[in-house]
This record gives sequence, structure tokens and C-alpha cells, in this order.
Amino acid sequence: MNALVHFRYVSKRFGADFAVRDVNLEIERGKMTALIGPSGCGKSTILRLIVGLLTADTGEIQFDGEKIAAETIMKIRRRLGYVIQDGGLFPHLTARHNLTLQPRLFRKRCDEIEKRITELCELTKFPSSGLDRYPLELSGGQRQRVGLMRALMLSPELLLLDEPFAALDPLVRMNLQRDLKEICTRLQQTVLLVTHDLAEAAFLGDEIALMNEGQIVQRGLIADLRAKPANEFVREFISAQRGLVQL
Amino acid sequence: MNAPQQSRSGGLSPSRRLLRARGQTAVYLRRRLGSRRSLLAVASVFLSVTLVSADPVFIGSKKFTESYVLAEIAKRALENAGIKVEHRPGMGGTIILWEALRGGGIDVYPEYTGTIAEEMLKQPGASIAQIRNALSAQGIAMTDDLGFNNTYALVMRRDQSEQLGLTTISDLRAHRELKFGLTHEFLERRDGWRPLSERYQLAPSQVLGVDHALGYAALAKGEIDVKDAYSTDAKIGDYGLVTLIDDLHFFPQYKAVFLYRKTLSSQAAHALNDLSNSIDEGRMIRLNSEAERTKNYAAAAQQFFGTTDGAIATPFVSESFRNKLLRWVTRHLELAGISLLLAIIVGLPLGIVASRGGAVGHAILGATGIIQTIPSLALLALLVPLPFFGISARTAIVALFLYGLLPIVRNTATGLQDISRPLRESAIALGLTAGQRLRKIFLPLASRSILAGIKTSAVINIGTATLAALIGAGGLGEPIISGLNLNDHVTILEGAIPAALLALFVQFGFDLLDRVLIPRGLRL
Repeated sequence: MNALVHFRYVSKRFGADFAVRDVNLEIERGKMTALIGPSGCGKSTILRLIVGLLTADTGEIQFDGEKIAAETIMKIRRRLGYVIQDGGLFPHLTARHNLTLQPRLFRKRCDEIEKRITELCELTKFPSSGLDRYPLELSGGQRQRVGLMRALMLSPELLLLDEPFAALDPLVRMNLQRDLKEICTRLQQTVLLVTHDLAEAAFLGDEIALMNEGQIVQRGLIADLRAKPANEFVREFISAQRGLVQL
Repeated sequence: MNAPQQSRSGGLSPSRRLLRARGQTAVYLRRRLGSRRSLLAVASVFLSVTLVSADPVFIGSKKFTESYVLAEIAKRALENAGIKVEHRPGMGGTIILWEALRGGGIDVYPEYTGTIAEEMLKQPGASIAQIRNALSAQGIAMTDDLGFNNTYALVMRRDQSEQLGLTTISDLRAHRELKFGLTHEFLERRDGWRPLSERYQLAPSQVLGVDHALGYAALAKGEIDVKDAYSTDAKIGDYGLVTLIDDLHFFPQYKAVFLYRKTLSSQAAHALNDLSNSIDEGRMIRLNSEAERTKNYAAAAQQFFGTTDGAIATPFVSESFRNKLLRWVTRHLELAGISLLLAIIVGLPLGIVASRGGAVGHAILGATGIIQTIPSLALLALLVPLPFFGISARTAIVALFLYGLLPIVRNTATGLQDISRPLRESAIALGLTAGQRLRKIFLPLASRSILAGIKTSAVINIGTATLAALIGAGGLGEPIISGLNLNDHVTILEGAIPAALLALFVQFGFDLLDRVLIPRGLRL
């Protein structure tokens, strides 16, 4: 099996409503899978199930052959990197301390940590002079770069990105998207990206999974979705977004 | 200061406490070990008994002039008999004194037969013999009366009573427009305002609750027209007031007596009983007047002995203001500081638990909220009868600690709850354990709110610590209560101004502390 994560008939309900319903999904190693769909379609829930912020009601999720459960989740989390909108940086810590927090608690050596920070600054094009600033002293794009660095500190096997660029202005977003693609290609990073922006998904994703009402409606390349939409929803979703791009 | 000397320690002296405990241990050992070890037990009982007898006799008094003066007279009488005595002046009220006497926090205090029957034994109209029996069952003895009846009375300004032609309480019925200013105790007593107004069918348009000493000033100024008084109050003469005749004989007899624990040595009991029938009403009014004029209760007590025995009164050496202030402030900070520290130690974890919500969280916030609504005097009255509390600094500290909890618990809980979900989840996703998340992320993020809670608690505690003086625990409340009692503004200010400055200083200190304890990233 080449897939790093397996979802098998996973359902999660909030009250009477299904957030995800009988989802089967594989996230393949070394690829970026873009999970896309309208608001409330359940794409963020998929991501939160992997991190263990939620637990599935039924079905099973495996990470590298291991079932995600209360006993395993702490170990699995160390093998994940998680980036959210605006970076999720802790405002009371400088950029550097945001980066060193996790490796220090996991008892990494100081010189190793420093070496890793230098590497990542270069990789993410973050000026090392900004390392001793607090999050509120950084721009939105810089915060997002630090957020990405923090997620990559321990070389995670899976990078989870939850609408990472949604709050940024278009120019900054474009630069970041380009840099992210370059980084992930270089690292051969397995990525699960959640976005509602088809252009972003098309640009970054090796593969796209389109979700609606808690289920995966269609998977494939953007060209497949465009050429052979699985149903009326897919056609509408794609044409609506394409319409915006053409403006 | 004009108040009598205060004991340095607020509560039972440590040796006394220790010895009590040792006595209990001995009893326990005897039960536990049986006859084989009884020798050891007997020895330890013997040891503790002999040492306990060296402890001073503790005399309590209520916070009004006559009680202070009588306590000082008892003190002097016991000292003349060669007994070591400490006076704990100006405690909160009947219930606090009574519970302290029963619990052993004090050994003697002056009381009135009417109060004993009505308030303490709940046997209105009981005879002296009945009172003695009932007290005896609780381990308390009573002297014969001291020679005067200090009953309740209603008083008015002389000019107004003459103008309206009022001489009896019944005459008040026709004058509903008169403003009544009554003490809170009188308003609530079983032999107080409610039954009195029923008996005389009084329905005045306005009845206010006013502190006793302040009430006299209000009466003199014409802000109120009728007030409750004790028939031996010095102020009746000082302010030119008249006592309205109790024509329906409503008020019971309030003969002054000393109550004392039956464990008191026979020598001490003798000395107290020798005081019976030695003070008539005229004499008591003069002693009260003397005490209020000189603002020195001990001196008034000395005058009593000076005129009866012809003994030369030793000059009263008054403590310098600087020393007194230092003593009050030190004690005040001690009370507020220790209670604040306890409130932080207990409040922070409670706040953390409460931040998680659920039934437990709501119960914690509810309970701390309810404590806050209990009036301070009531909280003291609830604590004093409990074992380990009594009349002591300990009780004051626990009361202050309870009052200090709510701001800390609430602000800790809110501060933690206000942390945004993305930050919360980022911390979880980083793989930090619950403890690491709390220490490294959540508490620092909530630090501003938590510190604000601690600051509020500190300022509240500085203010509320003045109540400690009600149970003889000292602090800046001492001059405030004395001043209220004597209607002496200067004395009130001697306590009130330092207390206010202290609160400002503490506020300022915490503002500085914010800069150190709140992470810089949150202050941008």
C-alpha cells in the first residue's frame, strides 16, 4: 500500500447532521491532495479527524497502518504538521519560540534545533531577522511562513494545511502558493490541503477530491473534473469558480 | 490611640493552641492505649493542665464604650488578684462573643441578663435562676448583677420632646412623621423594634438602620428624631437627650453581669463576683462619660478602682502614633497578604477546573459567587463557632480568603475560555500534553485576565481586612471601629486613610507586576 492515510467508511455527526458520511479516502505518499468543496461540506472535518481534534463515530482511519485512536494519537501527532489560517502562532511567544516549543518539549538538542531553523528560514524565504519578533509584529504572509516552518520543524510525514492562505491579499497569497509548491516538491512532502478555492487546488494539488454534503463526490485531476464531471454539482461548482477566474 | 491595648496575637496564642491539642491527644491516647499506657497519658494530661493554668485569662468585649469599660474593670480586678489577663476589645456582636466564650476563645465578657435570656438562650422572660441553670448546662457561669440596669430605651432631643409634649413611648403613636434611626441590632432583636412597635402600635413613616455612635450625631443634627439607646449611655447627658418612659413595660431587665467559663479558676471567679453590686446607674454613666471624654477606657477603669479602693492609678502610657500605625499596617498587610496567597493557591486550580464548564465548573462559580454575597459580619459569625476558628486572626484570614476567591476563580476561568479555538487546536495538534498546553500556552495567554483577578482580590482584601478588628484580629480596622464607636472622625481617619493609601499602593504595585508577568507579545 502506498497510501499514508486510509479512511474506511468514516462518519462523523454533529447532533443529527452528518459532517462526513461513509467517507473512503486514501492520501498517497509524496503527493499533494487538495480537498475542496463549499463551506460546510465536511472538508475541515476530515482534517480534524486526522489530527484527533475530533473522533469518528463509525469507520476507521489508519495512519501508516496504525489505527487513529486515543491511545495512538499523541504519537501520531508528532508525525504531523498542521497549519491553519493565519498560522495559528501563539502571540505570547516570539517566532523563534513558536518554532522551538515543540522540539524542545520532545527533547531535541539545541544545536539541531538551530540548524533546522536556519534550513527552514532559507526554504520558506523567511528573513532570520524576524525570528525574534512577536507574531503581532509580523505581516500576515510572514506569520504564515512561520506557521509553515513550525509545522515542518520535526520533518512530519504528513503536512495538513487548513485554508492556510484564505486571509491573505492576492499578491502575497500568490507568492506563498508558489513557494509552498516549490518547498513541497523539494521535500517530496505528503500534503493534505483543504481549500475552497478551486484555482488554488488546481495550482497546488496533484490530485483533487471534491466534497459536498459530507461525501467525496469526485476525485481526480482538475482536467478530469472539468471534462467529465460526475454529476450536476461538480459541473456547477467548477463553472462557478471558473466564471470568477475569467472575470 | 484611645482604644485599650490590643493583644499582639490575633488568635489563641500558639502555646495555648498547642497545649489544647496536647490535652486532646492525651485523652485520645488514654482511650486508645487503655490501662497499660495510662501512666503516660496521665502524665501528659498533668503536664498540659499545669501549663494551661499559666495561660492568661482572655476577656472579650463588644464594640461599645460600656462593654470596653466593664472589660477593663474586670481586667484590673483580676490583675489585682494576681491573675494574668488579656483584653480582646471590640468584637463584632453578641453572637461572636457568645460563640467565642463557649468555644474557649475568650474566658470572660460583660453581658446583660436581657440579652442572655432573649438572644442567647431564646428564653424570653427567664428568671435569674433559670438563666443560671441554662448557662451552666453549657459550661458557663454568671456573676450577680453589677448593680445597674442598662436596658434599651428610646431617646429624643429634649427641645423636640417638650415642643411636642412627648414623655412616653405611647405618645409616639400620634406622631408618625418622626424619623426613627435604629441600630441594626435593635432592628433585628427578638426584644427589639418589631415586637416593640407591635406592642405600642407604632408605625412611623421612616425607619432607618444607623450605627449606634453615628446615630447620636444624626439625632443631634436633627437628621433623625428618635433613636434606640442604652439607658446608661454617656451621650444621653452629653447631647441633652430625654429618655421616653417605657409605660407599657416592654423592655426586659438588662442587668449587667460577667459571663465566664466554669473552667476559670476559683480565684478568678471570686475576683469577678466581688464586682457585683459595685456600680449603680449614675456611676456607670459617669464612667462611660469619662471613657468617651478621655478616649481611654483603661483610665476610666482605673478611676473606678481609684475611687473605691483609694489605690493610686498608674499613669496610662500611650503608644506613639507611629508605632501604632506600623503595628496596624503590618497586621493589615499580614491579613490581606496571607489570605490573598491562599486565594491564589486555591483559586487558580479552581478557575482552571471551572473553565472546562460542565456541572462541576458551574458549581464552582456558583459557590464562590454565593460566598461573595454573604455580608462580612455574617460570614464571621458563621466561622467563629466552628472548630479551629474562634476569635482569631485565622478566622479573619479565612473570611478574607473566601472573599478573595471569586475574582481569581472567575477571571482565571474566563481568561482560559476566551482563548480562541484555533490557538487551542494548534496547541493540541503540536502534540503537547494537557499539562504542557496549560503551562506553556493557555496560562500565559490568560495571564492578563488572571492577574486582573488577583489585583481585584488584593484591593478587595485590603478594604475588607478592616473587618478583622471585629473579632479582635487587629489591623487598620481597629482605629476605624474605635472611631465609629466614639464618633471620633480623627480616629476613623487614622485607619481609613492608611487603608485607602494601601489599596492604591497595592494597585500600583500590581500594575508594575503586569509588566513583568504578562508576556511582552500580549502587550503589543
